[in-house]
Amino acid sequence: MDEEYDVIVLGTGLKECILSGLLSVDGLKVLHMDRNDYYGGESTSLNLIQLWKRFRGDDKPPPHLGASRDYNIDMNPKFIMANGNLVRVLIHTDVTKYLSFKAVDGSFVFNKGKVHKVPANDMEALKSPLMGLFEKRRARKFFIYVQNYNESDPKTHEGMDLTRVTTKELIAKYGLDDNTIDFIGHALALHSDDRYLAEPALDTVKRMKLYAESLARFQGGSPYIYPLYGLGELPQAFARLSAVYGGTYMLNKPECKVEFDEEGKVVGVTSEGETAKCKKVVCDPSYLPGKVRKVGRVARAIAIMSHPIPSTDDSHSVQIILPQKQLGRKSDMYLFCCSYTHNVAPKGKFIAFVSTEAETDQPAIELKPGIDLLGPVDEIFFDIYDRYEPVNEPTLDNCFVSTSYDATTHFESTVDDVLNMYTLITGKVIDLSVDLSAASAAEE
Amino acid sequence: MARTRNKSLQAKLVLLGDMGAGKTSLVLRFVKGEFSEYQESTIGAAFFTHVLSLNEATVKFDIWDTAGQERYHSLAPMYYRGAAAAIVVYDITSMDSFVRAKKWVREVQRQANSSLTMFLVANKADLEDERKVRYEEGEEYAKENGLSFLETSAKTAQNVNELFYEIAKRLVKANPSRQSGMKLHTRPGETRRGFLCCT
Repeated sequence: MDEEYDVIVLGTGLKECILSGLLSVDGLKVLHMDRNDYYGGESTSLNLIQLWKRFRGDDKPPPHLGASRDYNIDMNPKFIMANGNLVRVLIHTDVTKYLSFKAVDGSFVFNKGKVHKVPANDMEALKSPLMGLFEKRRARKFFIYVQNYNESDPKTHEGMDLTRVTTKELIAKYGLDDNTIDFIGHALALHSDDRYLAEPALDTVKRMKLYAESLARFQGGSPYIYPLYGLGELPQAFARLSAVYGGTYMLNKPECKVEFDEEGKVVGVTSEGETAKCKKVVCDPSYLPGKVRKVGRVARAIAIMSHPIPSTDDSHSVQIILPQKQLGRKSDMYLFCCSYTHNVAPKGKFIAFVSTEAETDQPAIELKPGIDLLGPVDEIFFDIYDRYEPVNEPTLDNCFVSTSYDATTHFESTVDDVLNMYTLITGKVIDLSVDLSAASAAEE
Repeated sequence: MARTRNKSLQAKLVLLGDMGAGKTSLVLRFVKGEFSEYQESTIGAAFFTHVLSLNEATVKFDIWDTAGQERYHSLAPMYYRGAAAAIVVYDITSMDSFVRAKKWVREVQRQANSSLTMFLVANKADLEDERKVRYEEGEEYAKENGLSFLETSAKTAQNVNELFYEIAKRLVKANPSRQSGMKLHTRPGETRRGFLCCT
């Protein structure tokens, strides 16, 4: 340390690592530090010993669970939309060469007390009990409209301005019933509550198109992909990108203290008695608690199991969406499951997660509807954590604080935050539109 | 007489060792036939692919260099994931470099899969007049720990090709299992399908 940098990044969460990578590629001199001795921050994947240390204190994991290092347990479970923003960033930066992925086996939705597959193709759609036959015809017309919709081609709009027409009004035109609306809004557009119904329909249509395009991308059973060895590989991959372009990495730096001048502008970061100077600081909320405000909480359960989640066709990787209305809650609840086939657990073990925006202080009780779907569990852990967003003015203090990860099922909001921060930091906009049109996948 | 089918192998190879020991120089000598006396940490390249043709097989190496992340003990676990072979490099003109190479050997044994092929490589063999680590010391340590040993010079190209060919031969013999999963690639000609309905 004791040097001068353009940017010092604090915390090696996914957002911070993507930014570190992008800024280093731009030629900025970047120092990236983390108080932990591992990469990932709040978006890391822990081995078994780390998991036990975090949730069970000094206790030791039982030997029958297998080797600690065979576990890579995500602390921020999400899947990657195969046609989504994160894939675009991965391809844009060429970070994909450090990673391998698998298509997620299936996406399911909880409806009237049962788990149903979200159809991935025509045959599944015809057989699905989620809609009656006549409702399927009406839904099909709506899906064709969405498929054909092109924002820049008014002929596809059928006389409706989706920046003004609400989602409810749009769907009403196709005569769909409430159950179908719930399914479309939560299992396809992946909204986590019902506010979208009263908002302009464009966002929902775009989300549905993203779902359809992601489903088509790798012709899997779901619109998602997932990295081997868990999501913790993502921040590591982007950190490597930064290092390749000159970024300096220092893990295990306790108490990174941000220093300011008399005008309140950042001048550097001090750790272990040494100060590195910089023009800008980028960090997650935990490094500048005075510049963020609480905006919500996430409740989560993590379970180690010896079987797939029941009623998911023995899938090794699934998402189950429990729409809020089905549960009588304000927000949806999500189940994720991955297994030893993704190198996140030893042979025969599965890792499941239940997540939602917290509405109580008791995650074990609040998450029960999701936990009940898991079947027997070997071990289960509960967590509840605050979400923050920045309240500072970066033009005044040159501090750029990321927003906490939400409980959504994927990384779209994560990447949106990163891209916005990148523009604030550099004044530039990254064009990701061309990359994906040429993207495909091949088995190794 | 039918000719034996040529086997094809893809293997991840990782380099380890102190900064300045010559890891990148070794790779550049092997992959590009280049050596630069005044090379700083490489910017923009720490991942190389190279294909070797042996009599019995073709081996495609994915070669990972550290990109400097080892400097402050910040190498990520992903570096070791799925590695079929590791080269731990030290500088014969520096006893410190050799001492730290031993720590890297233990780190690889801790982090990587147990079936990995590991080479201990004593680089800068052209600087005999400045030697601080005897050949026998390196060879003995390698033998005690089940590693293969070689002295090289990235500058003069001494033993560089031999090193990578030897690794390739051992990998063909060991036949490591391929990692599953798919790679995202840039490739044109995507076929588009409809969304839950016929067109």
